[in-house]
Amino acid sequence: MSATTVPNPTTWDRVRTYSPASRYLPVVATFALFIGMFGFGGISYQGFFDWQVFLSLLLDNSFLIVLAVGMTFVILSGGIDLSVGSVVALSTMIAAKTMEMGWSPYLSMATVLLVGTLLGTLMGVLVHYLDIEPFIATLAGLFLARGLTYLISKNSIPITDETFVELAFASITLPGGYYTTWTVVIALATVVVAAYVLARTRFGRTVYAVGGNEASAMLMGLRVAVVKVGVYAISGFCAALGGLLFALYTLSGYSLHAVGMELDAIAAVVIGGTLLTGGRGFVVGSLLGVLVLGTIQTFISFDGTLNSWWTRIAIGVLLLVFVVVQRLMTRRQS
Amino acid sequence: MTDTLDRAPAPEEQAPRPGPVSRLLGHQLLWPVVAIVVMLVIDVIAVPSFLDLRVQDGHLYGNPVDIVRNSAPVMLVALGMTLVIATRGIDLSVGAVAAIAAAVACTRIVESADEGAASAAILACTTALAACVLLGVWNGFLVSVVGIQPIIATLVLMVAGRGLAMLVTDGQITTPSNDAFSGLATGFVLGLPIAFLIALGMVVLTAVLTRRTALGMLIEAVGINPDASRLAGVRARTITWTVYVFAAVCAGMAGLIIAANTNSVNANSLGLWIELDAILAVVIGGTALTGGRFSLAGTVVGALLISTLVRTIPSIGIPSEANYLFKAFVVILVCLLQSPRARAALRVRGRRAASSKAVAA
Repeated sequence: MSATTVPNPTTWDRVRTYSPASRYLPVVATFALFIGMFGFGGISYQGFFDWQVFLSLLLDNSFLIVLAVGMTFVILSGGIDLSVGSVVALSTMIAAKTMEMGWSPYLSMATVLLVGTLLGTLMGVLVHYLDIEPFIATLAGLFLARGLTYLISKNSIPITDETFVELAFASITLPGGYYTTWTVVIALATVVVAAYVLARTRFGRTVYAVGGNEASAMLMGLRVAVVKVGVYAISGFCAALGGLLFALYTLSGYSLHAVGMELDAIAAVVIGGTLLTGGRGFVVGSLLGVLVLGTIQTFISFDGTLNSWWTRIAIGVLLLVFVVVQRLMTRRQS
Repeated sequence: MTDTLDRAPAPEEQAPRPGPVSRLLGHQLLWPVVAIVVMLVIDVIAVPSFLDLRVQDGHLYGNPVDIVRNSAPVMLVALGMTLVIATRGIDLSVGAVAAIAAAVACTRIVESADEGAASAAILACTTALAACVLLGVWNGFLVSVVGIQPIIATLVLMVAGRGLAMLVTDGQITTPSNDAFSGLATGFVLGLPIAFLIALGMVVLTAVLTRRTALGMLIEAVGINPDASRLAGVRARTITWTVYVFAAVCAGMAGLIIAANTNSVNANSLGLWIELDAILAVVIGGTALTGGRFSLAGTVVGALLISTLVRTIPSIGIPSEANYLFKAFVVILVCLLQSPRARAALRVRGRRAASSKAVAA
């Protein structure tokens, strides 16, 4: 930056002239938006500025965080995954049904994760080896998962397994009298692991390379096939994990769970600053995107005079703003 | 079929005129039509009276009429989607647009002075379609002027649209009682369901407009290469814009028919996943998602296939919820048939089998 031209920059000069690298700008913008919205809520509504509100925000959106993490991988590689909402429904249904049949909850959870990963892998194979567009391949996945869910049961099945219910209600007390649940811990752990994989491993770098330019990545000798199938497998795994968190949250399996949740996940990723054409973005941005969506919901529940459908309109408007800004930024660079 | 343009002409294809049989076998609508016929045969085996038609009060009744009538909404949405896909775009917002159109029409009818009057229904439907034009203009603006990828640009309205529809209906399930309005879905003209006639009328109108004028070719040109067609003097931006408006109007009509069918509008569930059904119908009809080519007849067959499938599943004793499962298999099957790579693999295997047979002989 300009600081390099000054012979001996003081610390103040460095702070004054500091600007984050341009690739971090979208994430910084989302972070600023989140802080701004939270600050606005704190001023407008009584009792908003409480750590517990923030913790509930994480708690109510833990499944969406996990979904958005998986979606980030797929979008970074230049694809899209429409099936995640249906896979969430399928996961809650498999968990509920198997536990109703008397399976051990651990076996049941392992089955759910396995099924989700398999479905994701299958879609990845369709996308990579058969050259089917991601949009269409995951559309088939959407129908398939939703159809399987209906096939298992049309009605809602409650989950009554003791261990599972205990896990759902187990709370972790934090210093200061605050509490949270294991679902939040799992969601945040997913973010950390995903951020590590994307930033520090060969697989992660290849994801960015494939999203930037698949042909170049192939010519560079990168393992494009592994990555392209892998991102869908990861997304399927994350959707299944999100489904388990959703089952912990609702304690039921139902074929109409999570209708349209794939849209929320995609919206969160876009608001988090990930380019939909692939190749640029961060998992942390997706986490912030989910938090922004959650804050809108919290606003509406705090306000009381606004109706729930304003949530969708607000998400649409935010999505629009971010997409247009992204477009303007990429246009300026090209 | 999908790769006629880039396949090098093989010797046997240089024959002056392929015979009628081989032309029939090579027709892209062969397999969808065969699938419909097979499903109907299965239906007749399961329920021998399946294809029976009866005339009651001068109207035709029976399963075939139901199939045709129920195909109308998907056919309309798919019609608009065909043109959008031909320009290498996609419109995800059609389900939300259908919900908005239905919401506007139903609230207008309920609010009008004389709820049962035909004029109220006409006015309400016109208002609803005008709203759809606005929504289409919005989508078209984002795609053609701002230059956002179509899938993302229409995602915005897909997310916000149901919220807007709820805003219009105030979150209630609005139930208008208007005979003229419900006639849209349940009425008959000349013994045929009005809903199907509307859909067919739109298809014919579109076919005349695109195939009897240069419009169809221009749309395909934009789909093949927007920049090249613009340089060649085609108004690529206007065409793209128009196509999205057309898709929104078609979706609005579909929404009106769906709402008229149940005489109610639930902004949350009306037209849910109809965009996916429509895309499926388009893909079955042989219009490639990569743009540049479209087949209106294919889209009609695709919509009929989906409608037949939805009707067949309960008639052979499978719970109707399973139709998602069957749709998934149809999507995968169609894609495999269209995927150049899968076809190449099949062709190589076929050739190998043929040559090994020749060696054996």
